[in-house]
Amino acid sequence: MYHYQPFDTQFVRNRVAIFSDQIARRIDGSLTEEEFRPLRLMNGLYLQLHAYMLRVAIPYGTLNGRQMRQLARISETYDKGYGHFTTRQNIQFNWPKLTDVGAILSDLADVEMHAIQTSGNCVRNVTADHFAGAALDEIADPRPIAELLRQWSTDHPEFQFLPRKFKIAVTGSPNDRAVTKAHDIGLRMVQNALGTPGFEVSVGGGLGRTPMIGQVVRDFLPTQDLLPYVEAVLSVYNRLGRRDNKYKARIKITLHETGAAELTRMIEARFIQIRPQFSGQDQQVLAAITKAFAPPLYKTADLSTYQATYQADGLFRSWVDTNVSAHKQAGYAIASISLKAQGQTPGDATAAQMRVIAEMAEQFGHDELRISHEQNVILPHVHQSDLYALHQNLSAAGLATANLGLISDIIACPGMDYCALATARSIPVAQNIALRFDALKLEHDIGPLKLKISGCINACGHHHVGHIGILGLDRAGVENYQITLGGDATETAAIGDRAGPGFSYDEIVPAIERLIMAYLALRIERSESFLKCYQRLGAAPFKEALYPKDRENHAA
Amino acid sequence: MSHFTPKVVTGNDLLLGDVIYLTETDSWSRDLLLAQLITDPDQAARKLAYAETQTHKIVGPYLADMQAAPQGPMPMHFREGFRTRGPSNYRHGKQEGLL
Ligand code: SF4
Repeated sequence: MYHYQPFDTQFVRNRVAIFSDQIARRIDGSLTEEEFRPLRLMNGLYLQLHAYMLRVAIPYGTLNGRQMRQLARISETYDKGYGHFTTRQNIQFNWPKLTDVGAILSDLADVEMHAIQTSGNCVRNVTADHFAGAALDEIADPRPIAELLRQWSTDHPEFQFLPRKFKIAVTGSPNDRAVTKAHDIGLRMVQNALGTPGFEVSVGGGLGRTPMIGQVVRDFLPTQDLLPYVEAVLSVYNRLGRRDNKYKARIKITLHETGAAELTRMIEARFIQIRPQFSGQDQQVLAAITKAFAPPLYKTADLSTYQATYQADGLFRSWVDTNVSAHKQAGYAIASISLKAQGQTPGDATAAQMRVIAEMAEQFGHDELRISHEQNVILPHVHQSDLYALHQNLSAAGLATANLGLISDIIACPGMDYCALATARSIPVAQNIALRFDALKLEHDIGPLKLKISGCINACGHHHVGHIGILGLDRAGVENYQITLGGDATETAAIGDRAGPGFSYDEIVPAIERLIMAYLALRIERSESFLKCYQRLGAAPFKEALYPKDRENHAA
Repeated sequence: MSHFTPKVVTGNDLLLGDVIYLTETDSWSRDLLLAQLITDPDQAARKLAYAETQTHKIVGPYLADMQAAPQGPMPMHFREGFRTRGPSNYRHGKQEGLL
């Protein structure tokens, strides 16, 4: 993986010193809150409902064991002994004291981590496919590009005060696991007729108040043009973006108001203008970065024990079938660690669990970890012969829940349990749904299902692209949950349709249960997933289940 | 006189981030029950203006609607209710150590 160069180290250390000084000046009264607020946000420090929250970037979701251990230590030393992994491949600490933040950032810098640009109207943490570098379907590892973008966008003088925040996601696979179509810029690696990899560029995707799927502005962008092209997009947006209205300030609205054709024309014109400024230094940097992402030294080992334990141990088999994915290297596998044990808070890991994960990465995973936008942890490179031992260790730490991609593998944002912007809670709704279907022993029978919950219209829980989405709202002072159906976060991205009136906190779990029971009755065969069934039949039978005639008055 | 919903002045503690309330003696308390329930709009405006000068103590002061209960002010809205306790997934925040 990429390691900091002396420049990176110096840059991050300087920033820690500068921000520590700003904190001190806020505390001694030299800075007002109005002055301090943008400074703390630039450094990932929020003030939430009950406490401060520090959002730490995990660039393109990649970590090693040492970094994970440090996160565990930080959570114990300065917080309440756990961390929350987010849909943007960040980790959040929910209880830091203002006076400890400088020390936390310094501890992070010790392991080449920081919280810079995890908030504010700038280019945020660049996210990537969590199977990057390992996936069987991958054209090439997208992380060198993500790292190049990180270096370029960090403290970029032109793009520190954009009209609004700006999110970039990149995938190297035709199967989009990085939700690229819901990002301000989505980069999807494709090959041209000669087999050369490049990028399909989409712009203007985003969830939130006005959900939109990104539109393709370039079918094939050669890799050497990537940085000037992305800069052209940002430059056009920086000029056109609506600074007069926060709700219209994202590039999706710019795209909508300007029109895709005209915006594309402007981007191309700007690109032609700035392209000559890129003399090739970026390509030298990229070449050096790419070396840092060389695949690990794969081993070979006998698989007979693996095959025997797979046959003999039902729990292990179930975990392998559900949580293990195909790797590009023969004999290897990608193992996903679920942070969604039924009843637990989605995306949370205790310090003890983080240490076990670190140890597993070092022992069985070539010291590599990934955080997925689905709030799970991935060991991208595990030899199949090590899977059994890995599973045993994970089981002992409560980390072997076999539910990846199933109904209890729910994305849930912090919602009103933490977030100052929330209109309703999301965590307990996720907990209750997971517990209910676990009690019914139905989740494996239900099969692949993406359920996503947000605690407000900002949609950090990606509810619009969930097969089932739940949006928590405040309706006349009461929590109310709106259901959307048929969303899709993959390469066939789609925004879900609103099913109808919302449900109260007490009604939402039974409503989801009715919906799922209807699906089980309606599917033609077991292999027809909820999404496929919905696409075949449309909303009507599902709405009937959600709003049965005799309950009509009640639900409305 | 038109109807005025009683209020308390609240915000977050600068150093800890914890929810705090303004008391009758113009000090800050972590406990809503010790907050001053303000029943008059002019006084509410005055108290808020005072809170806004307390930038070394408090972040983001505002007026929150409350109702009078025998034991003290009671939140009208569920958001304010959560602010008196802490999150519902762990016994952290104000509810920590209680019960
Ligand atoms: S969706 Fe809303 S409630 Fe949830 S984390 Fe984002 S801003 Fe907060």
